[in-house]
Amino acid sequence: MIMDGLLYSEDHEWIKVNGKSGRLGITHYAQEALGSVVFIELPEEGSRVAAGEPLGVVESVKAASDYYAPVSGKITAVNGELLDSPGLINEDPYGKGWIAEIELEDPAELDKLLSPEKYGELLEKEGK
Amino acid sequence: MAEDLKKTPLHDLHAALGAQMFPFGGWTMPLRYGDILEEHRAVRERAGLFDVSHMGEIVVRGPRAGSLVQELVTNDISGMEDGQAVYSPMCAGDGGVLDDLLVYRLEAGHYMLVVNAANTGRDLAWVRSHAGEGVEVEDVSGRTALLALQGPRAAEVLKPLAGFDPGSLGSYRFVRGPVAGVECLVSRTGYTGEDGFEIYLDAGDGAGVWQALMESGRNHGLVPAGLGARDTLRLEASLPLYGHELNEKTTPLEAGLGRFVKLDKGPFTGREALQRQQREGLSRRLVGLSMLDRGVPRAGYPVLVGDDPAGAVTSGGYAPTLNACLAMAYVTSSVNPGDRVAVLIRGKKCGAAVVPLPFYKKSARREAEPKTLK
Repeated sequence: MIMDGLLYSEDHEWIKVNGKSGRLGITHYAQEALGSVVFIELPEEGSRVAAGEPLGVVESVKAASDYYAPVSGKITAVNGELLDSPGLINEDPYGKGWIAEIELEDPAELDKLLSPEKYGELLEKEGK
Repeated sequence: MAEDLKKTPLHDLHAALGAQMFPFGGWTMPLRYGDILEEHRAVRERAGLFDVSHMGEIVVRGPRAGSLVQELVTNDISGMEDGQAVYSPMCAGDGGVLDDLLVYRLEAGHYMLVVNAANTGRDLAWVRSHAGEGVEVEDVSGRTALLALQGPRAAEVLKPLAGFDPGSLGSYRFVRGPVAGVECLVSRTGYTGEDGFEIYLDAGDGAGVWQALMESGRNHGLVPAGLGARDTLRLEASLPLYGHELNEKTTPLEAGLGRFVKLDKGPFTGREALQRQQREGLSRRLVGLSMLDRGVPRAGYPVLVGDDPAGAVTSGGYAPTLNACLAMAYVTSSVNPGDRVAVLIRGKKCGAAVVPLPFYKKSARREAEPKTLK
């Protein structure tokens, strides 16, 4: 399941851009590959992250996996609800399972992300 | 795939069920068919069916078979009856655990050892090197399938297919008889902390019996379950996993398996070393940890008392039935249940309570419930 209106990273994060900021999370494919999420380590509000760097850790029953910042910027909000209900990432990865909001440092970075079509091709190419 | 992974006789069936596969002990095994939490819950509340054909089976027979097994394992098998199974560590001369296994006594002079997949080759060589005259040692893993039917409804699921009454089989007892028309060895054993059965049969019959069990289990809420759920189930039941709680550098006494070590049964491999350790006391031992702070403890994470290293986690994760993050860990012997320690999770000290093991114990066996699921 791929949503229109979002941009995607090759590491299976999504971002929904709104002007100079964006809301991000992990994709439907990513949550399905992980299985039931039992814990998430959120980024710190106010921290600065660079594109491609680990933003936090998501723990499934089986293992801990990093998730990455699709773009550089400052974290302006995190979804605290996930601390008590990490399963929202499985249930609604593009909605209630959002992870953080970020203030874009360099909107030109968005050009490096994948459109829904391109992300679909990536999944297909990887046989997913 | 870089390594050449072995496939169980049920491999095609797992593929057809859409299982997510993963490498384990040299095999490609089902991790999960759907949701691990759901499979876990099914086994605790109803029943789950596992393909555990990766396990190794070594048959030992001949006039000296009994004394050979007695000499190799730490538990006492001398009083075993035909149709009985016994759990035991198997140690090297220095007391380190080579494997943990089930000994099945088929009859006098005829035993089957069920060993961990990754250790089968080494165990076989070890048993053979001690065998000598009058014992034949055969690896029958390749032609054996093993299904584990686990959960409070396991007996009800098995009953209509079995040419015997599974409900009357005692714990750690087995029978040889037909299941779905196929000759099987069925024991009341398992690795989930629930009631259940392990069913040994010819590899070629594995898929057929699996399907018959799934069919019989339909009205009982039976689900296929992968090794992901098997791991969370055994963690809650605090059953050790070789390569985690057990290895060559760990003794069964440190692992809390003293009740399976009979130091007074007569000579066996590792006895002197274990007697010495018993006499001198343990410097470290396995304990349970329950996280107080948020965080998931995983194998390898350091355990601290204050700022000082005190041990390491061997298995850990989210425990679905207990809704807690739990771990088993080796810690210095000065740490006791009730103490507070920390687990170092990605550089962060997270508080944990030391708790007694096992974390989970099933309630007394329930009466068969006649009601069926829609």
